[in-house]
Amino acid sequence: MPTMRATMLDYDFMRHAFLAAGIVAVLAGFVGYFLVLRGQAFAGHALSHVGFAGATGAVLLGVSPLAGMLGVTVLGGVLMGALGEKLAERDIAIGVILTMSLGLGLLFLHFFTSYATAATALLFGDVLGVDLPTIYALLGLAALSLGILGVIARPLLFASLNPELAEAKGVSLRGLGLVFLGIVGLTTAASAQIVGVLLVFALMVGPAATAQRLSTRLAPGLGLAAGIALAEAWAGIALSYYTDWPASFWISALSGGMYLLSLARRR
Amino acid sequence: MISLQNVTITRGGQDVLRDISLTFRDSEFVGVLGPNGAGKTTLFRAILGLQPLSAGRIEVFGAPARRGNQDIGYMPQTRSTLPASNICGFDVLANAARGHEFGLPLSSRRLREEVMAALEDVDGVELAARPLARLSGGQRQRLLLAAALLGAPKLLLLDEPLISLDPAAQAAMIALIARLRRTRDLTVLFAAHDINPLLGSMDRVLYLSGGHAALGTVDEVITSEGLSKLYGSEIEVLRAGGRIFVLSDRPDAHHACDHA
Repeated sequence: MPTMRATMLDYDFMRHAFLAAGIVAVLAGFVGYFLVLRGQAFAGHALSHVGFAGATGAVLLGVSPLAGMLGVTVLGGVLMGALGEKLAERDIAIGVILTMSLGLGLLFLHFFTSYATAATALLFGDVLGVDLPTIYALLGLAALSLGILGVIARPLLFASLNPELAEAKGVSLRGLGLVFLGIVGLTTAASAQIVGVLLVFALMVGPAATAQRLSTRLAPGLGLAAGIALAEAWAGIALSYYTDWPASFWISALSGGMYLLSLARRR
Repeated sequence: MISLQNVTITRGGQDVLRDISLTFRDSEFVGVLGPNGAGKTTLFRAILGLQPLSAGRIEVFGAPARRGNQDIGYMPQTRSTLPASNICGFDVLANAARGHEFGLPLSSRRLREEVMAALEDVDGVELAARPLARLSGGQRQRLLLAAALLGAPKLLLLDEPLISLDPAAQAAMIALIARLRRTRDLTVLFAAHDINPLLGSMDRVLYLSGGHAALGTVDEVITSEGLSKLYGSEIEVLRAGGRIFVLSDRPDAHHACDHA
């Protein structure tokens, strides 16, 4: 009997990983582009930490961690937006929220001592452990987020690039900021399913920042951000398959490496 | 025509403007002057419908001032606007042109033509391809001016467009705005902290101080008597070499870089 070498796509868990990472990467690339343009990358990072507290709290209460994470990241994003455009850019306030959330998450874990692997999965992601229902959930989240983003894209860009004129022309800066950070909350929770809360930056900020270095145009830049995120996520999973190193490591290494390369490119 | 009737604006318990009534005529170029905190930006924001009035009413081309009036082009002070992003000038403007409408940032041919026309009008066609982060101070001002021209407004509110420009660039900016007023038949309110660059270009001057306002020709408004009354303290106005100097004992009467 001829031996056939199994390719990575012969495994369900690998197909699921590529699907889930693909959905999330495209979402994170688009949303991250706006996040970077608005100078709110750190706010996105903080939201993922808030999500950690939500997920661990949910586990403690016997609810699904994704639901718990979603609830608090969206709520956190909307709250951040409601408190004003400026707060989302304040390093210290955001740093405090971030730290407190991580501490709270640790406390919840402490009460639920048997969950050490769950903690690692939350913090660093577990893309090879994504099941089909989670993929459907991610697909729904991505469709919802990109749908809303599609509706507010133009005024959001206007408000990001020229806020005073946008306000004078009747654009609600606060309303947009609030809805946008809500979308960032959704995206953060989705991204955390792939790379974990600590490495959400790798999918949301790295590709978008790289794209903005490489293109001065809006529409091509947006496409580029999603494309880079997708390429990095898939390459990370493939590299993980062949090296047996964690996929999250590869994705974050590719994300950081590509950004550093884009910095080296002469402008 | 833009008219203010008995307008009072209070902020932080203080009257920024107190019972002001005045009228700007169509196609008029008005210099808006006054010391720090005299309410120049506040007046603009009130005309834009962004600043609530404590009393009185403002009418812009026959309708009450309201948010999102597309007849008004606004050029905010540069230091607080336009992030240092890598996005090129063309896309910034293309997005601003219909920026108040929901939807995807797609651009039609008409929109591209409008953007290029605005850039040509500010002698800034070369800004189309240049990223924001690499614009000089003067280029940023011209891009902001082009943004203000989008949507064919009838009124331009320019908040300190001369800030951080050298004298030659200041003169070029004023000549540009004077030309735009003619070619586009605009009413222009031009806030500045020094009256001299504007002499000869503006039709009238609005002087704001201590909640009061005086609107008239330069000769009517910028006098020792007139300004002393406005400030409520002794002001001396000197004219020498075609320039005007406003002297006062009070530090706030000197025209340093203004915020309000």
